[in-house]
Amino acid sequence: MAAIIAQNMAPIMFASLVVFLLIGYPVAFSLAACGLVFFFIGVELAPLSAGSINLSWSLLTALPERIYGVMNNETLLAIPFFTFMGLILERSGMAEDLLDTIGQLFGPVRGGLAYAVIFVGALLAATTGVVAASVISMGLISLPIMLRYGYDRRLASGVIAASGTLAQIIPPSLVLIVMADQLGRSVGDMYKGAFIPGLTLSVLYAGYVFLVTVVKPEMAPALPLEARSIPEDPALEPRQKWLTGFALLFVGVPLFYLIISLSEWIGGLAGFPFEVPDNAQWVGAVVASLLVFGRRLIDSGQRDDVPRWNTFAMIGIAAVGTALLSNWLDARFPDMPTDNVLIWSAFIATGLLYLLAMANRKSNLGLMSRMTEQVIIVLVPPLALIFLVLGTIFVGIATPTEAGAMGAAGGILLALAKQRLSLSLLKQAMDTTAKLSCFVVFILIGARVFSLTFYGVNGHTWVEHLLTSLPGGQVGFLIIVNLFVFVLAFFLDFFELAFIVIPLLGPAAEKLGIDLIWFGVILGVNMQTSFMHPPFGFALFYLRSVAPKNPFKDRLTGKMLDPVTTGQIYMGAIPFVVIQCIMVALVIMIPSMVMVYKAGEVKLDATQVQEQFNSIQLPPANDAPPELKF
Amino acid sequence: MPAMLALSRMIDTINERLGKAMGWLILAAVIVSSVNALVRFSINRSSNSWLELQWYLFGAVVLLGAAYTFKANEHIRIDILSSRLSQRSRDWIDVVGHLLFMMPLCLIIMWLGWPFFLRSFAQGEVSSSAGGLIVWPAKLLVPLGFTILFVQSISELIKRIAVIKGLIADPHGDTAGAHGTPVIE
Repeated sequence: MAAIIAQNMAPIMFASLVVFLLIGYPVAFSLAACGLVFFFIGVELAPLSAGSINLSWSLLTALPERIYGVMNNETLLAIPFFTFMGLILERSGMAEDLLDTIGQLFGPVRGGLAYAVIFVGALLAATTGVVAASVISMGLISLPIMLRYGYDRRLASGVIAASGTLAQIIPPSLVLIVMADQLGRSVGDMYKGAFIPGLTLSVLYAGYVFLVTVVKPEMAPALPLEARSIPEDPALEPRQKWLTGFALLFVGVPLFYLIISLSEWIGGLAGFPFEVPDNAQWVGAVVASLLVFGRRLIDSGQRDDVPRWNTFAMIGIAAVGTALLSNWLDARFPDMPTDNVLIWSAFIATGLLYLLAMANRKSNLGLMSRMTEQVIIVLVPPLALIFLVLGTIFVGIATPTEAGAMGAAGGILLALAKQRLSLSLLKQAMDTTAKLSCFVVFILIGARVFSLTFYGVNGHTWVEHLLTSLPGGQVGFLIIVNLFVFVLAFFLDFFELAFIVIPLLGPAAEKLGIDLIWFGVILGVNMQTSFMHPPFGFALFYLRSVAPKNPFKDRLTGKMLDPVTTGQIYMGAIPFVVIQCIMVALVIMIPSMVMVYKAGEVKLDATQVQEQFNSIQLPPANDAPPELKF
Repeated sequence: MPAMLALSRMIDTINERLGKAMGWLILAAVIVSSVNALVRFSINRSSNSWLELQWYLFGAVVLLGAAYTFKANEHIRIDILSSRLSQRSRDWIDVVGHLLFMMPLCLIIMWLGWPFFLRSFAQGEVSSSAGGLIVWPAKLLVPLGFTILFVQSISELIKRIAVIKGLIADPHGDTAGAHGTPVIE
């Protein structure tokens, strides 16, 4: 009997782990306790195990070194930095400002508020890594407006919960940091790999909302123009109308030029090759934009939404400005890599637009509508932070940890500039960050105590053998692993998954020749569903805590509105969980979405070398072989 | 029992103060790390001692703040099953967990960790990277953190037994039905 146990220690230990975790004692300590219990059993049974248990008392002395090794890890340092940054930004009201302004901009479009939620969700995701913050602010600000104007309750709650979870996959997300650390890859690469899938996912969400507005328009009605609360000066409207018209012409010509060139290319692809002469392209572009936008210049009787068109015109000008600037920069500095040129020119163009908006606000020039001003003024600071954080990582001048620290410092400065930083806010943010860092790192410490024994009983070879013998090669492995993680995500949240499950899957994936960044991004998208699964998803839980539970009187209209039921929140999440699964399949089928992270590696310029240098991780100073990084 | 509860209150107060103080180290780490980065970009120089300082601070936050996090019940749990049990059963799970999981773990790491620190202290160990800091303060964090955690688990045990005896109200409030505790609100 004892011999049978001794020779099957790894499976027994794994099964016991499940029991230990389900007891409901804190995960970190259950993990460690499970490891220690089996350490003692293992040492006693080692002589009976026919060599499958390599444990002895002296191995135990490695424990302090292992715990020390967890602390001594620059990558994990990024976790408190990004958390702190996210909390400061959230508490200083950035989310509120964004939602309010973007909601007013998109509101008069059918499904507009839902698009605004997705857009702001993606934007917040790119500045912070914190799910709860986005879900709660969107639940508090956007949900009441959506309910007031008759949005379907399921759609409203689903879109808010799903957009909030974008923070998990769009860099700089915490889960990607942990994933990179556990898979032994650089966080920068993981971020680059996750960027396009993250954006694609946001587009899929928006596509779903669009489908809903086509099939069932009453689920997401457009807001009446009267719902807008940014006051415009009617005396300035004629002037803005002319300016907007001219600006649209200026933006329209290159836009239509692009469309004509694209149609040529698409025609060629579709088997109808045709060629438009160069000059004709330009003439066509001018005529088309006159026809489309010139109407706005001439037709003064039309009651168009001038403030909104003005905003789009200004954003268009910034885009054209970026294109012109990058052309110039490219000619001036031919050595600069293309993505750097683009990032810098976008940065300069946006900065100029911001200055213009500020000048307009102070001087009452009337060049822009109040709406435009407001949009630019709330949108540019977060964009600047995204540049500071993601731009410096992608361009390769900063490590993710440094970028996180600068982002946190930037967040503090931003809150100071808005005069919204108070001592109590700062203390609250520090307190929450400290507790989050503690519980996250302690799960890792627990996992390392567990892995000391699990490695000693050859658990890693057992799991690896189990996984590599799955039928179907790479694809079979990926499908089964994803189903496994999807099911586990009902019970575990992503930190537990990342620390307990990922280290077991990583070596097997590598053995099958799967790129680990690709693997990490696939699992990242998959684990995002753990936030949205009814009934335990955190995002749904957070939304429930801020959505009205009882019939309530609308503040503005004075009408009584129905509450949002828990069932509606669950139902609303389901389509988005389905989209999530589609996205997992897409990432598996189109690996090139992730593989762009390798694009920079061929050009070995100075920044790339620096980046490679930064991403070199020293192997942990302990007894475990690098392939089992718990 | 009143004497025990007084002891528990004292432990709680000390660890709460310590935990709150650790929050400031996060701010310090942010400043140290961002200044490091800016200095590296602008004059292309970096110092190993400052780089090491940032994770010393991080280590202190994690290991010395663990007891405070434990007290606040924010170490994450999987309560998918236990949330269906009665409050009383969950109290007993905690008592058993404190006695069989937490305390032995802390004792083992303390027993191994203090010599681990003392060896480094006696040798006056210095970081292997050029211009690095002395190592023993960082190594001290391991046994110290688990000692504090052990002391906190005594306090938690006293409180949990007092809750079962009906002497005090549950310090964590009613946690039934919650999937873990939302950390970020």
